[in-house]
Amino acid sequence: MLLTDSDLQAIWLTIRLAGITTLILLLIGTPIAWWLARSRAWWKGPVGAIVALPLVLPPSVLGFYLLLAMGPNGPFGQLTQSLGLGTLPFTFWGLVIASVFYSLPFMVQPLQNAFEGIGERPLEVAATLRASPVDTFFSVVLPLARPGFITAGILTFAHTVGEFGVVLMIGGNIPGVTRVASVQIYDHVEAMEYADAHRLAAVMLVFSFTVLLAMYTRRSPARKAA
Amino acid sequence: MKRLSALFVTLLTAAGLHAGEVQVAVAANFTAPMQQIAADFARDTGHKAVLSFGATGKFYAQIVNGAPFEVFLAADDTTPAKLEKEGHAVLGSRFTYAVGKLVLWSAKADFVDAKGDVLKGGNFNKVSIANPKTAPYGTAAVETLKKLNLLDAVQPKFVQGENISQTLQFVHTGNADLGFVALSQVFKDGKLNGGSAWIVPGEFHEPIYQDAAILAKGKDNAAATALLAYLKSDKAKAVIRSFGYDLR
Repeated sequence: MLLTDSDLQAIWLTIRLAGITTLILLLIGTPIAWWLARSRAWWKGPVGAIVALPLVLPPSVLGFYLLLAMGPNGPFGQLTQSLGLGTLPFTFWGLVIASVFYSLPFMVQPLQNAFEGIGERPLEVAATLRASPVDTFFSVVLPLARPGFITAGILTFAHTVGEFGVVLMIGGNIPGVTRVASVQIYDHVEAMEYADAHRLAAVMLVFSFTVLLAMYTRRSPARKAA
Repeated sequence: MKRLSALFVTLLTAAGLHAGEVQVAVAANFTAPMQQIAADFARDTGHKAVLSFGATGKFYAQIVNGAPFEVFLAADDTTPAKLEKEGHAVLGSRFTYAVGKLVLWSAKADFVDAKGDVLKGGNFNKVSIANPKTAPYGTAAVETLKKLNLLDAVQPKFVQGENISQTLQFVHTGNADLGFVALSQVFKDGKLNGGSAWIVPGEFHEPIYQDAAILAKGKDNAAATALLAYLKSDKAKAVIRSFGYDLR
């Protein structure tokens, strides 16, 4: 199995993108999921729907909106320009922002399920023991929701690795910056370099299968116990 | 109601002609002229050309793997030759339907000067080019920059489109100040559609011969043969020229 330098570069870039996206989504997704699990506000429905949108929307829709919004004439692009950051399409951080949107439901939904599964009782018990809400969250909720966090983290990471359409639309295919593994494979196929495409595609296949296998084998004993 | 019945009449007469249909894979740079030619072709012959647009390399992979295309209008001359050699194209059907022209284009007026000196100034954020590994217009762009001794200076500002349409889209949306695209994309009826441009002189890069061929699946389709003949007609040639292409 011999991967070229540019293949390795693409793989490393993909891992970095997926890792950073997962970290950011852990920070953003946890409060959203907590709120969705606890809230009784009428706009819980609309917020839940917005979070789930990337599951349904074609990546081309997301890519199209992001390209226009982050471009020099878009609202987000004008904001980043006025902050002296330039525009985000064709940059690594542009891809990170796109991935955060794209993978949002994969973080929020497993967490929301985990939080809902905890129920009221442990929180009430913690409150009677005079634990502050913050203390309750870190010493009661987090340990109980641990399996949810692991599932959400793995799914978010893997889903970001599998991203293609959005990257194709806003990435500009720059080596080491926006040329992730999925785009590299597409490039190999278009250039008729089928041997290279096969090697990298095999790596992706093995990776995806391993991740899912790890998740499902970890889950099954718990199900038997229940 | 009147319009509806007119539509029915059209549909019935079209069906009555026993006109054929041909599936055509068209290189992205030839999108606009081909839409016009296909409309003329339908009017003049009754045959319908069903068009798919995309990158030549992608079409190659699809054709080799059994895509239902019957005619291929490529963006280069090597891919149709390769298909012919591998038995996927009808022997002897190949010919050059257009010679492409490269243009350095910006959506902004007065941004590109008539000699392309804007490239030397370096006063631009990004240069959009088609992937030089797979797209002939991308290769020609790199050859041009090499000839100008500017490749090393400009390369860090490259963004690559998946095909020539996306390359233009990056410039059109303002995300890249400049882009090397096909003249046909920004040119109609002998003049620029807008923005500013440097039409790259032919001696700066290898000629972009764009070849067409009948594919194996279209061997016995009269509409496929008719379309290739139609592309050689004076009427089609005039359309091709009006979009800024040369003819061989």
